[in-house]
Amino acid sequence: MSNASDVLQVSLWRGGAEGGFKTYEVPLRPNQTILDIVTWVQRNLDATLSYRFACRVGMCGSCAMMVNGHPRWTCRTHVAKVAQKGVVEIAPLANMPIIKDLAADMRQFFDKWVVAHGAFAGSKTRADEIELIKPAEPARVAVDAAIECINCGICYAACDTVRWNPEYLGPAALNRAWSLNNDVRDADHAGRLAAVSADGGCHNCHSHQSCQAHCPQSLNPTRSIAGLKRLSTQAYLRGDLKP
Amino acid sequence: MSVTRRTYRYNILWNAALIHRLSGIGLVVFLPLHFLVLGLAIESAGKLDSFLQLAQMPVVKLAEFALVFLLVVHLLGGARLLALELLPWLDGQKLLAVGAASVAALVAIIFLIRVL
Amino acid sequence: MNVRFYIWQRATAAVMLPMILVHLVVIFYAMNHQLTAADILSRTQGSIAWGLFYGLFVVLASIHASIGVSNILREWGHMKARLAEMAASALGVTLLVLGLRAVAAVVLP
Repeated sequence: MSNASDVLQVSLWRGGAEGGFKTYEVPLRPNQTILDIVTWVQRNLDATLSYRFACRVGMCGSCAMMVNGHPRWTCRTHVAKVAQKGVVEIAPLANMPIIKDLAADMRQFFDKWVVAHGAFAGSKTRADEIELIKPAEPARVAVDAAIECINCGICYAACDTVRWNPEYLGPAALNRAWSLNNDVRDADHAGRLAAVSADGGCHNCHSHQSCQAHCPQSLNPTRSIAGLKRLSTQAYLRGDLKP
Repeated sequence: MSVTRRTYRYNILWNAALIHRLSGIGLVVFLPLHFLVLGLAIESAGKLDSFLQLAQMPVVKLAEFALVFLLVVHLLGGARLLALELLPWLDGQKLLAVGAASVAALVAIIFLIRVL
Repeated sequence: MNVRFYIWQRATAAVMLPMILVHLVVIFYAMNHQLTAADILSRTQGSIAWGLFYGLFVVLASIHASIGVSNILREWGHMKARLAEMAASALGVTLLVLGLRAVAAVVLP
């Protein structure tokens, strides 16, 4: 590689938890994304490099990694925007066990989604009328602000409360709980509120707002969690909630 | 080797939470001493007064300045959190956090100027 | 941290908010008038109002501080919930006893 300005110094995490960074030289291209770099290394330098991606267009939420210390969706992150003096450091998502290289084990993240009752609980059959929901209803407005999560795990990796308290459900699961508890069709509001009011629940949030700062979908989980705190407080004061 | 740097921490609100926690710890450490000093009055006012003479020492004044800062920054930072959690969402939390720390610093500096 | 601890911590904080403002005014007043211990005690001793105000303040601060410390012990000290709660309760009781003793010292005639 002749010209230093045409070359990126890329440090990739190799191995498991006891691994380390290894530096590669990757040719700089216009409009190159972080995922492009990782793919280039795997195809040209080391075929054993493990990483995860699927759609490459910011929809599936599989390719999130730590880039220069920030969790990012690598397929939509341009090198030009994040490289620091031609240097890029890429690691697997934080706050999750490492499987190998750039692939983090996201099981805890998805398990907590289940603990937070993240599944819609229908209350009707196909024989019932469709529920009419006006777009301007406050509950629907709250739902609108909280949907479009792609489960990429970026907020979870950006959250130090998760790191300090392994039981904490984390921003994505709680944001999901908030959107479902504002869904008038859902039949599990009380059960979900009890789940997110337990020991690892919404009350652990310190409102660092790192989740909001990093969410590639521009969601604000801190706002959703604050909403859950209010719902939970009201329910507890009414006597509906017994921790 | 650490897996990665945590540069996402270098943001205002993360540090606001850190200041809130550290100021809380500072106050918890200070409170028993504060109570013990006041408790001296149980024996006699003279004993308390002679202890309070120590407050004339510059180092004690500096410590008091720090305490006023801790108290006000914890108060205002906590008020911000209460508003964030109880009221409809307010954007501009960074500005509010910086404002809280600035007002706390200002109050503490006014205190320091008055006691010196 | 669950909803019960959360509500106790936020409720004590909300009540202490105006109390701390009063306390700050008291601090600045005592400083401006260069009050000696005898000056302060002559104002506080026998005062039911100051006794109730600072008595309540001590109770609220003890609850608020112990919940906060319990969280810190769990998050930064990696303590189990039970152990952190016990350690924080011990701290809360210490603050309460020392604080009420201090209020008594200042308020009782």
